[in-house]
Amino acid sequence: MTIDELQDQIIEEFAQFGDWMERYEYLIEMGRELPPFEETHRRPDFLIEGCQSRVWLYPSFNDGVITFEADSDALITRGIVALLVRVLSGRTPDEILGTDLWFIDRIGLKENLSPTRSNGLLAMIKQMRLYALAYKSKAEQS
Amino acid sequence: MPLSRSIEAIRADFPILAITVHGKPLVYLDNGATTQKPLQVIQTMDELYRTANANVHRGVHCLSDMVSERYEAARETVRAFINAPRREEVIFTANTTASINAVAFSFGERFVGEGDEIIISGMEHHANIVPWQMLCERKGSKLKVIPFSDEGVLDLEAYRNMISGRTRIVAVTHVSNVLGTVNPVKEIVAEAHRHGIPVLVDGAQGVQHGTVDVTDIGCDFYVFSGHKVYGPNGIGVLYGRTELLNEMPPYQGGGDMVANVTFEKTTYNELPFKFEAGTTNFTGAIGMAAALDYLTGLGREAVAEREQALLAQATAGLSTIDGMRIYGTAPHKVSVVSFLTGKIHQYDAGMILDKMGIAVRTGTHCAQPLMERYGISGNIRASIAFYNTEEEIEALVNGVRKATEMLG
Repeated sequence: MTIDELQDQIIEEFAQFGDWMERYEYLIEMGRELPPFEETHRRPDFLIEGCQSRVWLYPSFNDGVITFEADSDALITRGIVALLVRVLSGRTPDEILGTDLWFIDRIGLKENLSPTRSNGLLAMIKQMRLYALAYKSKAEQS
Repeated sequence: MPLSRSIEAIRADFPILAITVHGKPLVYLDNGATTQKPLQVIQTMDELYRTANANVHRGVHCLSDMVSERYEAARETVRAFINAPRREEVIFTANTTASINAVAFSFGERFVGEGDEIIISGMEHHANIVPWQMLCERKGSKLKVIPFSDEGVLDLEAYRNMISGRTRIVAVTHVSNVLGTVNPVKEIVAEAHRHGIPVLVDGAQGVQHGTVDVTDIGCDFYVFSGHKVYGPNGIGVLYGRTELLNEMPPYQGGGDMVANVTFEKTTYNELPFKFEAGTTNFTGAIGMAAALDYLTGLGREAVAEREQALLAQATAGLSTIDGMRIYGTAPHKVSVVSFLTGKIHQYDAGMILDKMGIAVRTGTHCAQPLMERYGISGNIRASIAFYNTEEEIEALVNGVRKATEMLG
């Protein structure tokens, strides 16, 4: 499934919910289902400090694709982190760099990516793109 | 003592309280961050711009005279509101932060040197920490911090022992923005004055809950913001004792703060103008005065009484939720409740409450050292105003219970 097909799928999933509490319950559930973050990766290098919540992001690059492991101390943030991992993990640097992430807006979570919200999510997306750029140039050099 | 008007009439004065958010009636419990504005303030400012706008203290024309007179009347309103001895001791600034920075810079320039000490408390807002740290860095002086108990009560014994021959100023908050504790500022001032040390009291969270009398407190500086006392934002107050203010150099140069300017030498204007360089926020000052008049009209003791009743309801209601931890249980506190339940994260709870129409503050509330003291990354703060209702407090308690269930 392409990134855009996956974005459409997530929008469809969210379309079934009647109200906000159901959406949040779904996000909380996804947050809980996110694979446990490797404790050895819980280091300052991989921490994205937000004022409201904190996010950890650990990348690895194998066979041309990037795998992201991530976590947050807040459950709803972790749910959104899980969505981002679902969309962007296991992709090539070019796929990640060429993506416009419109699903967040479409499922009504846009305010979570506002620079004033400071929950670590906007910085997380930027960081995912930076890792993609770094792996891409590393791959091109070797 | 009852409020001078019914709660329905009072709520009708605040148009924003009638709006809905996310399709739910707004329950505004973030009054510690900023308060809503009554029509009396909105209309005063609207009318000012429509009928009396001109620059203050500048022109000889009618409009300028009119607005200058109202600006000075606003100063008198502030003076009376905090019972300052003299009108010229009331200086208009942008906000509490600007007032503290002004003192830290100006007082610091004149009175603080290398090896000197400044005392603050462990429950300060960043606004009453960072300006003093900056002063310490400039001057090579040292910051000392008064500790406090788990309940949120300052350790006055530690404070007394902290005062030394090198202490130059004490800067403490009147009321903690997180814990709600009302600090014994009169006692703190008396102790400092025994050693000839001036005291700044941060009144940002103190001035809006009942009466404040700076003459009775005896403090040398008292600072607060207009927007936290039902007035507009961008206007603040620095009250300072004449003797000190006269000794202190201006911290900003410009128009209106000068008596005579030549390229060789400038002499400064008298108080309060020496500290009001440039065109001031006169509309803000006049709007703030309207807010203070509004509170006086309601009855300030009655405002405090109503808020105490709502605080008691909120504290009792929240305490029925499993795993509830309330931060700040001092015997003497204002209508602020900071809390966490179980293992839930404040940000999650805040997001869920928001969708229910309930506005609370989550995070560190600009008091990171305080959060560290409790070993938490932040908490949820409901800050209550007199215009809140018993039903709104009930909505908060139910909302927190629901959020706790969802996240537990």
